[in-house]
Amino acid sequence: MFESQTELWIVVAGSIAATYLWRFLGTLFSYRIDPQGRLFQWITCVSFAMLAGLIARMVFIPVGPLIEVDLWIRITGIIVGLIVFFLARRQVLVAVGAGLAVFIALVSNA
Amino acid sequence: MLSSPSAVYCRAAKDALGFPSIMLLASMTGFGSLAKESGLTLGMALSSTAGIWGLPGQVALAEMHAAGVSALFVILAVSLANARFLPMAVSFIPLMRDGIKRFGWMFALVQLLSINSWAAGLRSFPEIEVQLRARYYVLFALICMSAGLLGTSIGYYGIGIMNRAASLGLIFLNPLFFAVLLAGSHARPAIIAMLIGIPLGPILHMLSPDWGLLVTGLMGGTLAFLIHRKIQK
Repeated sequence: MFESQTELWIVVAGSIAATYLWRFLGTLFSYRIDPQGRLFQWITCVSFAMLAGLIARMVFIPVGPLIEVDLWIRITGIIVGLIVFFLARRQVLVAVGAGLAVFIALVSNA
Repeated sequence: MLSSPSAVYCRAAKDALGFPSIMLLASMTGFGSLAKESGLTLGMALSSTAGIWGLPGQVALAEMHAAGVSALFVILAVSLANARFLPMAVSFIPLMRDGIKRFGWMFALVQLLSINSWAAGLRSFPEIEVQLRARYYVLFALICMSAGLLGTSIGYYGIGIMNRAASLGLIFLNPLFFAVLLAGSHARPAIIAMLIGIPLGPILHMLSPDWGLLVTGLMGGTLAFLIHRKIQK
């Protein structure tokens, strides 16, 4: 957190470039590569495992302000969101709204 | 079949101004608040939105920076979090390249690609003349990006003026949005990968904040890939 702004800008720029790399390669290979192939299936698995791991980490071991919220509240918010998502025929905004409302209500009364 | 540029632009604006814009406004508001709390400047937050243009990578950037992960590992994780752009571009670009005179332009236009424009394109392109598809895509994607940048700014400033519960809610939007979006995936390998990633993420993070997320992805992803292939046989 105490590094200079220049260093942080380098991380931001590096992240942008490293993300663009996928877009670039995708465009370059759009004639030749089979998106259903094994290599992509593996890359997809890696990125999904990583994202699920990141969410779980954000909920169970948060950094920043969410530390002050009890674990059960964080978990309840996510679970309510997921349950509503499946009940409300996969409407993302309805599900997120419900999870958020429950989370804020629980935090306010805690 | 839409065959005039103005009809195509109308369709793109109509498609973009509904659900996709609201969704991006909301999710990027969460990101803006997270970026502010993680110590990024507004310029960095907006650059991340426009430059990375994929929520998972953006959240990974802000979160991992705040968690004190070193630069190289942050960049690697951000990149891997958005690896889906490769297969997305591969499957999307061929649908509209006939409308572009110089293929080089594609390397600029692909920056606007997101899950929203990808899905909208796949849905609407069959009704749009091949030559005009790129116009639909560009307008649709620019509207989405405007909504995203607006949301980022609202979240960045909003968190300062809200009460404690609402501010925490804005931060909480990030894992919540993710969880709901990922829950919507149907593909079996992706579901297996997520089920393995959920326990691995926190455990490996405790062992090594730098390597945790990458190893979670590589181990969990490879395992899921192998399990999926085994079931398939």
